[in-house]
Amino acid sequence: MSPRDDDLTPHEPAAEVVPAPDAGSGDGLSRRRFVGYVMGGATLMVAADLGMGGSRAEAVVPLPSVPQIAEAYDLNDFLTQCALPTSNLIAIEIREDGDAYFALPRAEVGQGIVTSTAMIIAEELDLPLERVHVELAPARPELLFNQLTGASNTTISTYTPIRTAAAIARQSLLEAAAISLGAQVDSLVIRAGTILDSLGSSLSFSQASQLAAASETREVEVDLEPPSGNSVVGTHQRRTDAREAVTGAKKFTLDLDVEGALPTMVCRAPDLNGRPRALNNRAAILAMPGVTHVEVIPTGVAVRAATFGQCIDAIRAMDVEWNPGTVAGKDADDILRELRAAELPLAAPALGALSVEGNFVFHFRSGSPLEPNCAIADVRAGSAEIWSGLKSPIDAQGKVAKAVGLPQSAVTINVVTSGGSFGRKLFSDGAVEAATASKAFGAPVKLMWHRADEPRQGRVHPMTTSRIRATIALGTVATFEQRHTSVTTDYTHGLGERITAEASALPTGLANQGFAQTIFLLTQELPYNFGVVTQLLNESNFDFQRFNTSSVRNIYSPEVRVANELIVDQLAKRMRRGPYEFRMSFLKSSLVKRVLKRAAELGEWGKSMPAGTAQGIAIHKEYKGATAVVVELDCRPETVNRQVRDAVTGPRVTKATVVIDCGLAINPLGVEAQMMGGFSDGMCQVLSYSNHLVDGRFLEASWDNSAYTRQWNTPLEFQCEVMESDRLEPGGVGEAGVAASAAAVACAYARATGTMPTEFPINFRDPLFFEPKSFVPPVPESPTNGLDVVS
Amino acid sequence: MPRYSFQLNGENVTVDVEEGVRLLWVLRDVLGVTGPKYGCGINVCKACTSHINGKAFNPCAVPVEQVTETDEITTIEGLADTVPGDGLHPMQESWIENDVAQCGYCQPGQIMTAVDLVRRVRAEGRAITDADLDAIRNVCRCGTYSRIRDAIRDGERAMQ
Repeated sequence: MSPRDDDLTPHEPAAEVVPAPDAGSGDGLSRRRFVGYVMGGATLMVAADLGMGGSRAEAVVPLPSVPQIAEAYDLNDFLTQCALPTSNLIAIEIREDGDAYFALPRAEVGQGIVTSTAMIIAEELDLPLERVHVELAPARPELLFNQLTGASNTTISTYTPIRTAAAIARQSLLEAAAISLGAQVDSLVIRAGTILDSLGSSLSFSQASQLAAASETREVEVDLEPPSGNSVVGTHQRRTDAREAVTGAKKFTLDLDVEGALPTMVCRAPDLNGRPRALNNRAAILAMPGVTHVEVIPTGVAVRAATFGQCIDAIRAMDVEWNPGTVAGKDADDILRELRAAELPLAAPALGALSVEGNFVFHFRSGSPLEPNCAIADVRAGSAEIWSGLKSPIDAQGKVAKAVGLPQSAVTINVVTSGGSFGRKLFSDGAVEAATASKAFGAPVKLMWHRADEPRQGRVHPMTTSRIRATIALGTVATFEQRHTSVTTDYTHGLGERITAEASALPTGLANQGFAQTIFLLTQELPYNFGVVTQLLNESNFDFQRFNTSSVRNIYSPEVRVANELIVDQLAKRMRRGPYEFRMSFLKSSLVKRVLKRAAELGEWGKSMPAGTAQGIAIHKEYKGATAVVVELDCRPETVNRQVRDAVTGPRVTKATVVIDCGLAINPLGVEAQMMGGFSDGMCQVLSYSNHLVDGRFLEASWDNSAYTRQWNTPLEFQCEVMESDRLEPGGVGEAGVAASAAAVACAYARATGTMPTEFPINFRDPLFFEPKSFVPPVPESPTNGLDVVS
Repeated sequence: MPRYSFQLNGENVTVDVEEGVRLLWVLRDVLGVTGPKYGCGINVCKACTSHINGKAFNPCAVPVEQVTETDEITTIEGLADTVPGDGLHPMQESWIENDVAQCGYCQPGQIMTAVDLVRRVRAEGRAITDADLDAIRNVCRCGTYSRIRDAIRDGERAMQ
């Protein structure tokens, strides 16, 4: 069997370009029959099984050794498979007003799934988009694994179940209307939520819903038509919450008014993960203006006050004794030495002129969104209620229950729309802390982390090294080895049990892998024909008690791709080929070739560039799709040294072109948005954004220290094309833009400066551009000159 | 407890709050006006950007006693009322048109900054340049910067 081409239909013979639309896979143009339910009730409520989405695990066959695991069976297949044993229903309701209502068991964190989900339902029901109301479901323990928002898996796993439920609703409404109107179902049409017969009589959804209401729940079958016409799906739709977002009406956790929930903050240790021993001036703190409660809790000293400003003042006044932290005295280079010592050996010998090698370092970086960790908690004697942006709400429910000594069933978790996540909100740190404080105070709390807490004590992308050796033989690339070594990534947000449960079902020996290795193998794929390819991960010390890590947006891929693509450029140079031409001839995936070709056209690859500037080009394949990015980077001194007050300037991406094929794009406008955000992420982690570990503490404490992308770094020109895809199922997009963006910027930097960078971000060893803020007290004072300092 | 009065979104308000509390917390925690967001508390992220007497400022860095009875404070909630008609402010419309927001957390501050920028360059008798856009300090962690730039340029054209 020859190496596989695409991973689109792993259980089917791969086609050369894209799969034939109807290869008998069940994913093709033919109708597919699904089972769902009409639920008993006063109006029409229909349901489908959330476990029916995506590829079917039983269809996965053992693979020949040549293709990598992620090619044929990736993380999304795995997540979808994990959901399969869980037979659980998601319901769409057509209420008295004739509108459709749906509670999505996922978290909206800015990625646009509320909008795209509403589009799927609107399309199926022929109902105007504004009449579809999608809310976030609270924690539903019965959904088990199937309520985790991550790995860009939402649309992949929910597309078919939601369509099925909507199609059953449509069918039920039409059947009820047919009886009422005395017409054949086939003769009825739906126009914007009204059912019409051929004689011009009509019935509203509101009327039909009440007629369609069932006295008891029954199982029904429905045919899903192939997407056609696409009046909504596939069109550019603005976010359904756009108006609320621009008027200040959109409510985040901290904006909710829960009775008695007063502002609460926590005084944290100077050391990373230092824990409190004692508060020495409790009475003085309690006497401060606005303060109602102060208590030592496991993570620090919690204080509750009338305003957050008074919490900040109280924290600054606290005299606290601390235990040392979990990496006391350690610097970044100490951790780097640990990683180097843990690197797995390379197999192929170094062959001098025939080898291309790289040994790359990627430093810690904060995964914090702009909305800090926050949660409202009201813990009573026999119950607890939480409001927070949570991507693993069931895990949060369990952890809160444990923290406050209640049964899990006594804890209600309300999932609130988040101000960003980037992997951060997979964890329930804020919710657990809020519940702990609420219990300690005997009062409801609205808990917020100070910004300074986020980079210093919050979740970070782990530091990693990536070592690559490729060898050239007989005029081609004969081997390509990558050894990725990382501080342990924390996956304890509820995946673990499912992994154990599902491990025996995994193909090709994955059952023997640890969890991180499983994720790595399921996400990483080198889509080039480079002979013998091995990519191995070693997470050296399983020490997620030492560092607070998380699977930050795109997990391993940005680092892996940066290292890969820099070496690909080196291979091309060694073989006297251009970066684009080399990639086109060695890529084994036609899907990737197609986006690369289009990116090269749109991005004017190969155009003449002044000295000190260069283009960079890179690809990535994941989430059942592919991306290609072309950038133009200006590394001339006058640009690098341009002055913006209190800003990290450096090399400037002047133009960026991102092309993606993500399968069926439900909302191309939303996909473009995710590519733009992914680019902002990828670019800064190569150029400017990191955490410095010094003496057991991260120095960064706010946005004036953490050089995340700002306007002065933003490409002057950004374009994105979402390619028409022949695939009928959606892929994932939330993280898909990061890896190739990071890699393209790194490659451009290497070409513009003539030196391949090996440590990221490239400014990591520069003199610090900021004066570190105090560690005791751990939060800075709010300034008082806001009327003078305007911009 | 001291008492402070100012104009907020066209109305007189009076609050009882201790001296020194920054205006952001007076707005959010005392008055329940939650459009201005907390992102840093030290005047660097700009998520709380609002207007005082028509100019951008950051209430996280202003103690309540610094505002007077005649100071007119406008938050995102009051922006639409600063222009004629029942609709939104042209900059808000431009934001919707360009589908700028992702998570939306920073966007009230971004819009208030954008309106101020247009007013400032108008006062200087010129149009917005790339350098003006580069100097905007508002953080957007979702990375919507390119759409923000497009929306500001469209909003500039639409503002009378």
